[in-house]
Amino acid sequence: MSTGTTKLDVVVSDVVPVNELVTRFHFRRRDGALLPTFSGGAHVVAEMRDGERTRLNPYSLMGSPLDTREYTISVRRDDAGRGGSLFMHRHVRPGAEMVISYPVNLFSLDLRARKHLMLAGGIGITPFMAQTAQLAAEGGNFELHYTCRTASLGTYADVLRERYDRRVRLYHDDRDERIELDRLLSSQPLGTHLYVCGPSGMIDWVRDRAAALGWPAETVHFEHFAAPQPGAPFDVTLAVSGKTIRVDEQQSLLEAIEAAGVDPPYLCRGGVCGQCETNVIAHDGKFIHNDHWLSEEEHRSCRKIMPCVSRFEGRSLVLER
Amino acid sequence: MGITFRKETFRDDFTFRNSPEHIRRFPFPFHEDSYMYAVNIEPHVVGPKGSVLENLIDVDEHYVAEMQDRALVLAEDPLRCQSLPHMTLAGWDLLELLMEQQALGYPEHFTLARDGDRWRWINRPLGIDDTFTFGDVSTLPYGPMEYITRQSQGDFCILDQRDGNLWMDAGMVTTQADWSLDFDIGMNFFEWHAPVPLAHEKGIFTRALKFLTNIQQGKPARRLNWTMTINPRLDTSPENYHKWGPDRTTVTPENVGEKVHLRVELQSFWRLPRSNGIVFPIRCYLIKMDELVTQPKWARRLHRVIRDLPEELANYKGLTRYRPTLVEWLSKLDDGSPTSPGFGPD
Amino acid sequence: MAAKSIISRPVYGTLSPQPGKHHLFVADAEGALAISDLAAKAPAGFFRDAHIIFIPGRDGKHVAALEALNPVQFHQGPSFASALPRLKQTLANAHMGLRLYLAGTEGLIGQAMQAALEAGIDHTSIQTEHRGSLARRVQCVHCKGITENVTTQPATCSHCGLLLLVRDHYSRRLAAFQGVCINAEDRSEIPPTEEIFR
Repeated sequence: MSTGTTKLDVVVSDVVPVNELVTRFHFRRRDGALLPTFSGGAHVVAEMRDGERTRLNPYSLMGSPLDTREYTISVRRDDAGRGGSLFMHRHVRPGAEMVISYPVNLFSLDLRARKHLMLAGGIGITPFMAQTAQLAAEGGNFELHYTCRTASLGTYADVLRERYDRRVRLYHDDRDERIELDRLLSSQPLGTHLYVCGPSGMIDWVRDRAAALGWPAETVHFEHFAAPQPGAPFDVTLAVSGKTIRVDEQQSLLEAIEAAGVDPPYLCRGGVCGQCETNVIAHDGKFIHNDHWLSEEEHRSCRKIMPCVSRFEGRSLVLER
Repeated sequence: MGITFRKETFRDDFTFRNSPEHIRRFPFPFHEDSYMYAVNIEPHVVGPKGSVLENLIDVDEHYVAEMQDRALVLAEDPLRCQSLPHMTLAGWDLLELLMEQQALGYPEHFTLARDGDRWRWINRPLGIDDTFTFGDVSTLPYGPMEYITRQSQGDFCILDQRDGNLWMDAGMVTTQADWSLDFDIGMNFFEWHAPVPLAHEKGIFTRALKFLTNIQQGKPARRLNWTMTINPRLDTSPENYHKWGPDRTTVTPENVGEKVHLRVELQSFWRLPRSNGIVFPIRCYLIKMDELVTQPKWARRLHRVIRDLPEELANYKGLTRYRPTLVEWLSKLDDGSPTSPGFGPD
Repeated sequence: MAAKSIISRPVYGTLSPQPGKHHLFVADAEGALAISDLAAKAPAGFFRDAHIIFIPGRDGKHVAALEALNPVQFHQGPSFASALPRLKQTLANAHMGLRLYLAGTEGLIGQAMQAALEAGIDHTSIQTEHRGSLARRVQCVHCKGITENVTTQPATCSHCGLLLLVRDHYSRRLAAFQGVCINAEDRSEIPPTEEIFR
């Protein structure tokens, strides 16, 4: 696994169930040294060795950037997903040795902001845990609006309320509490930056309303890791390395390429960073693009694919790898 | 043990010299007999012992004198050190990086002791022993960037990363090759490089930006750049161009060896952990022609590079006025025999 | 329009109505025509949420045309300097959703943008349209003084008197082009002066 970032050898120092869906994992360095400092919004890629298969999933660091004795991530169990979260929940126990990447930040705070307005939905709360800790330590001006299904699924809502009191507002779906988004967006002082992390429907809704209400694009930041989706198996020819591979139902194209011993660069594994962009040499079939990196025009051109999240259905696909 | 720091000047009587060991470690920037822009970026990893890459932040025999020259420049013109308000956190990142690297590479000269956020920094060459609270600007005599860059060789630009670009939002720039921090602060990567000829059309900056925005923590990168300077003057700022510009008219066949200096910048690029910014140290090395030509390979190669340099580049680098005199002088040291590949002397 | 230039040279566009809750216009002289052109494209009621700050200049033209747009606020001032406190106050009290439109001379666009940047507006979200004079504000890199309304190449710094090459290199933060001594190496070389920024 060359590529991207330096790796860190860590040991799982604690596993804490947070609620019925979410479990928190703590990592320390195996050699006992401090972990690298990071900035709020950063993620690490965790390598999971599940028998023959290696899964690499990105998770936001949610501890305070001021404390580098340990890293913490929270993993929401996804019973319908490809198995990464299930593996973490079922097999990772305290004392387990794992490899994670150096932190990478693709959801950075804009430190020029006069005010930081944060909108979280569900497990999308995790990057804000670190960002609020960072801002609070510097006396930063922020406000967090957090939507969850029920109070018991409001992961860390109690912690956040206790830390930041009225700077945190909670909205529970089961009580029909909804963010009054237009009013919220229209009452922010000039120089405010908006951050949103949550389900894609929420991100789209917030971005659309912000644009309509006159928020310039560079003031609206969103964390939009697409989890790779399972799909029908397909075959791919890697022209540069001269290999033909099969992508299974539960495997991403990037994982299948890596399993064949070819290592494209990557940082996010979620269709955001652009590192693994791959040229299409020939194809007979249709692409299922799931990334947020290529433009719509590039998607239509069928000349590029982001193998971390996108798939293919059809007779043949030849990639420049 | 340790470095013997020279007492020397970079102005007025210009007593700057390189010791023989420093001539041999000079980062000669030409790996072949011609020069053109390229995205010549490579990983910034430790190099051979006795080279300028022995440590990732290099401290050499000119350290004390360079820091004294910097203090003189700042006393004359405080605008050479500026930081936009959102860049303080990045300043702390830089302070940590430089203290760690200098203490790691030169333990006999620098010591950093940390106890939580209570830090003690000892800089023996400059006679500094300060205890301060990391993150609390009121515990240092200057802002964090200014404090540490008054104690570190080279210029420093701190770049904020946002909207897919890099923004030059802070810097300490007193040894620059003719660009103004006061004018360029706040510009993005393309804007502050705007005056550079030829490279935009070649797509150099687009590719370089793509690389730099993806620099990862713990994986710094570097490149070399070069120009020439008359007299060993560190402060060749545009601010003072009307003061040093006339030097360019003083080159004669008799004084080329003493007056004309090759000026090499070792530029490195580091991701800063707390601010997610990039710091771009620009470390300047000077060598006079008399010193450089003690290595016959360098003399032959420099002759060919300067002779064949495209006119736009010669103009941009300010060589036009004295290039014929220099080329004539160097030609006498070039017997036309081949040069070996690579940068180092034979 | 300027011929082939360098990347730091500002590029101006054509004003067009943006989505937003409030619309703040700052214009001088012929910049008023850019606002009128925008008005022709704007949806009905657009100017009900608009505030226009206008510096008509010596000939005093275009005031009636702008007033006829019925903005909720209209201010006419004798100079940009006189309008600046009002602009700063407006920006300080504004909310997200305010859109800024600047039209007229480069000096006006640059200085109004400078005030907007200080208020936390990102320059890429500001609509600009150049109309009228190409006279430049020039910062002397040597003494740091700014010379207004420079029309010649080279130009004399009004503060320190050095003869300056006026470059296309432009700083948004200073709202000025860069001036560098043109004969620093040999002060006896005096190139001819041409009027080129009109």
